[in-house]
Amino acid sequence: MDSKRTLDERIGEWRSYLRRRQALRDVDVEELEDHLRTQVETLGEAGLDEDEAFLVAVKRMGDLDSLSREFALEYSERLWKQLVVSPEGGESSPVAANEAVVAVGLAVAAAIAIKMPELFGVHFRLDSTPDSQEDILFYVKNFSLFVLPFLAAYFGWKRGLERIHWAWQALPFLAGAVVINALPFEPEGYTQMLAAIHLPIALWLAAGFAYTGGRWRSHEHRMNCVRFTGEWFIYYSLLALGGGVFMGFTLFIFDAIGLNPGAFVEGWILPCGMVGAVLIGAWLVEAKQSVIENMAPVLTLVFTPLFTALLLVFVATMAWTGNPVKVQREVLIGFDLLLVVVLGLLLYTISARDPNSPRGFFDVLQFLLVACALLVDVLALWAIAARITEFGFSPNRTAALGLNLVLLVNLSWSAVLYGRFLVKQLPFAPLERWQTAYAPVYLVWVWVVVVVFPMVFGFQ
Amino acid sequence: MEIGKDLVAASATPLVLAILNEGESYGYAIIKRVGELSGGELQWTDGMLYPLLHRLERNDCVEAAWRKSETGRKRKYYRLTDEGMKQLARQQQQWDVVDSALRGIWLDAANAAPQPA
Repeated sequence: MDSKRTLDERIGEWRSYLRRRQALRDVDVEELEDHLRTQVETLGEAGLDEDEAFLVAVKRMGDLDSLSREFALEYSERLWKQLVVSPEGGESSPVAANEAVVAVGLAVAAAIAIKMPELFGVHFRLDSTPDSQEDILFYVKNFSLFVLPFLAAYFGWKRGLERIHWAWQALPFLAGAVVINALPFEPEGYTQMLAAIHLPIALWLAAGFAYTGGRWRSHEHRMNCVRFTGEWFIYYSLLALGGGVFMGFTLFIFDAIGLNPGAFVEGWILPCGMVGAVLIGAWLVEAKQSVIENMAPVLTLVFTPLFTALLLVFVATMAWTGNPVKVQREVLIGFDLLLVVVLGLLLYTISARDPNSPRGFFDVLQFLLVACALLVDVLALWAIAARITEFGFSPNRTAALGLNLVLLVNLSWSAVLYGRFLVKQLPFAPLERWQTAYAPVYLVWVWVVVVVFPMVFGFQ
Repeated sequence: MEIGKDLVAASATPLVLAILNEGESYGYAIIKRVGELSGGELQWTDGMLYPLLHRLERNDCVEAAWRKSETGRKRKYYRLTDEGMKQLARQQQQWDVVDSALRGIWLDAANAAPQPA
């Protein structure tokens, strides 16, 4: 009895080893397993004991690499990991089908929701006539409120969120709705624009609560949220691109017969597409999780060297020419964006890096990137700080400055940790944990801009 | 005896088709039969048979069915189709041509070879 179990265990190991080869399907593995077992039995009858029989049988099966190469030649389409939304074999798992139904259902619900204001006379449109200004403003402020609750609901359902957590989840959405609509903002004011820009980020982080299934304190779950965001953004961009082509074609072919569907495209296809794609993108990211490599880290692999080179050249140029940094508002925002990009590259490299792999050239490159970005930023802040007291603290300037400082603190400590990692003082894990531990800072900052700024700056 | 890789590969298809012509079979039994037929000289790597069988299935030369074996496990059995028969006939013709050409020249060479003194 005992050795039989060991044989099954061994065959189980062998089976999972085979399964990792993309060219072999489950049915192929079953066939090969049957062959293996028959071989083991025959050898057993010939007098070998089970261990020997297993070893000989596996050896006779052939070298695994050549085997999968042969299978790959046969089934070359398998090498492109197809995202088959219904698993092959014809029998689709009920869970996967369920998810698809819920995702599509919520996408439809969000599409209906975004068109609801039409009942109250608020239209979704893109032209800038005087009476459309109000409509556009309404949609700009509230767009995230029309779609992100549905995203949170999708994840709440998927993760099986408890009832008390649903209540907590609703809170930020309600607060956001009240703040952005009820506060007496000055029309055309900066605080309103800032709130409108920062609210979607705040609500995205709130939806992250549902994504983690309420386990927002866990480092791993926060990291997964980061990975999800990256992949979702890429999928959404691709869907948006496809949607753009779709709308272009709609306009074109109807124009060919003399009709102009512009109003329909602008008023229906565009908004419904924009919200629907959020849900569909989220569903696709989850569906492909175990099938396809994450794309965001691949992109960072490509762009990190480019940005590092850029910053090194920039620092060298600054030192060589001695040109001072221009002190204008856009410059500060520009450097904010630079820090955001660098942080993004760092974050997504971290999200994909195996913490046990040895220090390599890419790590050095990454460290240089962060160090240069910090240097550049500090110089820019130095130049601006002198003038900021002259111009005073306007909402825009304060927001840009605040964001800059928030990112600066993160990147500085990251640079320190990365440096210590490179000289072998620390393992990689502290760097990962710093990123996820710092996440609440962003959350707090974003809500400060949405709620506190208007009050402090008198809704200007 | 070491048999050239290309020769083993080339003879694989006609052998498998001919064995299946004898009757329905499955992977392990096919390999055993090949061993019998060649007197143990042709040792196929077990795993290599299956991509071949799948290729034949894809070209409609054989038909496959999952059935319960005598041990109770699920097993994939293969059967020759009409298309497979035609393919087998074609292979036989080709090998006949090669075989007679080689036999002819080897016979002549054997006859013409100088006798050892």
